Amino acid sequence: MLFSENFKIALRALRANKMRSVLTILGIVIGVATVVALLSIGNGATASITDSIQSGGSNLLTISPGRQQTAMPGMGQSQTASYLYYSDYELLERTLTGEITSIVPLYQSSYTVKFGDESFTSPISGVMEDHAQARSFTVMDGRFITDGDSKSLSRVAVLGSTVADDLFGTLSPLGQTVSINGVKFEVVGLLESEGSSIGSPDDIIYVPLETGYAKLFGDTANHNGKKTLNSILVSVTSSDNMDAVSAQAEYILRRAHELKPTEEVDFNVMSQSDTLETLNTVTQTLTIFLGAIAGISLLVGGIGIMNIMLVSVTERTKEIGLRKAVGATKNQILTQFLIETVTLSLLGGLVGILLGIGIALAFSVTGLINSVITMDSILLAFFFALAIGIFFGIYPALRAATLHPMVALRYE
Amino acid sequence: MIRAQDLTKVYQMGDNEVRALDGASFTINKGEMIAIMGPSGSGKSTLMSIIGCLDVPSSGKYSLDDVSVETLDESKLAEVRGRKIGFVFQQFNLLARTSALENVMLPLTYAGYSGREREDRARKALERVGLGDRTHHAPNELSGGQQQRVAIARAIVNEPNILLADEPTGALDSKTGVEIMDLFQRLHKENGQTVILVTHDSYVARHTERIIKISDGKIVSDEVNLDPIKAGTPRVER
Repeated sequence: MLFSENFKIALRALRANKMRSVLTILGIVIGVATVVALLSIGNGATASITDSIQSGGSNLLTISPGRQQTAMPGMGQSQTASYLYYSDYELLERTLTGEITSIVPLYQSSYTVKFGDESFTSPISGVMEDHAQARSFTVMDGRFITDGDSKSLSRVAVLGSTVADDLFGTLSPLGQTVSINGVKFEVVGLLESEGSSIGSPDDIIYVPLETGYAKLFGDTANHNGKKTLNSILVSVTSSDNMDAVSAQAEYILRRAHELKPTEEVDFNVMSQSDTLETLNTVTQTLTIFLGAIAGISLLVGGIGIMNIMLVSVTERTKEIGLRKAVGATKNQILTQFLIETVTLSLLGGLVGILLGIGIALAFSVTGLINSVITMDSILLAFFFALAIGIFFGIYPALRAATLHPMVALRYE
Repeated sequence: MIRAQDLTKVYQMGDNEVRALDGASFTINKGEMIAIMGPSGSGKSTLMSIIGCLDVPSSGKYSLDDVSVETLDESKLAEVRGRKIGFVFQQFNLLARTSALENVMLPLTYAGYSGREREDRARKALERVGLGDRTHHAPNELSGGQQQRVAIARAIVNEPNILLADEPTGALDSKTGVEIMDLFQRLHKENGQTVILVTHDSYVARHTERIIKISDGKIVSDEVNLDPIKAGTPRVER
């Protein structure tokens, strides 16, 4: 007996109970849709994170205070606060001999920003002139912070594009005066938008570092009378030299922080690829975790299909008896019911894939996450649904196939 | 040609053994029209399922056209059923939401005929039972008598050696029952078809040429009926 005939019989049986068939495949539809949507969104998130980090300059080392995250937190280590000082920056700038193009300090904190009736809290970054080059910013209008601004403690500010929009709307920000934590700053420059990704300058207001220390940051930027920093960015000439520069910076800072060789460092030297790796691990873990949940819902859907098929076998006992009486073999009955289950799960799989693609596209269209739909995820979901159909179809099909023809014919 | 020798069938019901058949022996020749009669619980259904190769005896010998059935495995039994036996049941047992034509085609599907040949043969079978104009009706669009005719068409479509009918008029009113009996007699006369009727109704049984009576799993009489009732003649109790 041909596969297509079994398929026709299966479709007829499923059409006979439309509502039941629809409800039965719902579990598979939801499971498959979740798998496809989650994988697409996960892929999209990973791609956009990778993108945004690489756009920040792939040869950038970020030195920040804090212990390495390798040790288990709270396991017998004293969790004293650690600091990165302005003097560390000066030391590194003097003594780092490796292949570096620039080294810039950064202090960042959040303050209330006001212009006219607009008022909100925004991150304020104290930076030096080289910052724009190290982070490869593009100034759209006006100019960036200069070393002259820092020396003369000028109260000038450069705005990221989102902040500028929020504060001024359609008004030109250049030459306007904004109030940051009650201190007046003149807007001298406007940065080009880099898109809403991690580490984007769009949401940040830049001020000269020295001006910040003197007029804005106050005591919070001081520890034991020394000026502190959030990070030091080191731009390296090429990615081949990253490891060497990183090792040298660590050596210099270890000495500066008077750490014994056995002590762990109280700062972090991270390259973009390290950050990328960390973030990718996180997104991968999340994707696997969510995928597992979707997998469970597929499993539950499979059990639902098996349940309904068992009911169907019982309901159609007489039909099975009749088929056997007119010459159907055990294998033919087995195949018929197996194909019926597989048809159900594949139907659910196809609807689920379409729904999943729809959800993923909806995420893209609304701009939440630019999802990436891959053939892999679609095939994975499809074959998983197929496997579920076969796995959960075997038991009901065996039940049908092993029915005794006489008993089946007399079943009421 | 059916040869049954000392057939027994024992069912295990909990702790009790039930001997549904207890040493039945008989021979049925090709082209006979006979009735197997007995009250319910007499073992006639068990006998029917063994004759129809739906079941094998616990002991004894049963051969169909010189093939020993008790030695066959399940898939061979299915093949024998498909080729040599046509079943007609009391409740018709048609597939719902399936046209008469497709119902009749079912045995041919399992026997492996091509789509074209299946349809031709099924059409001819339906014409033989007088339903040539009802091929595309589903069972619920047909009367009881018409449904039983479809079932008979399904039983003869494979040109089986034996037509095995289990209380074929049991679910029909007497007028329709007479029509069905007439159809069986016609098939028997015109084509020399072997017909075995299983029934508890002596009036139905008297339409045949030979009546085997069974009681408590044993054959109690096996007589030739010299004057079978012709279907359609008025019912006279003797």
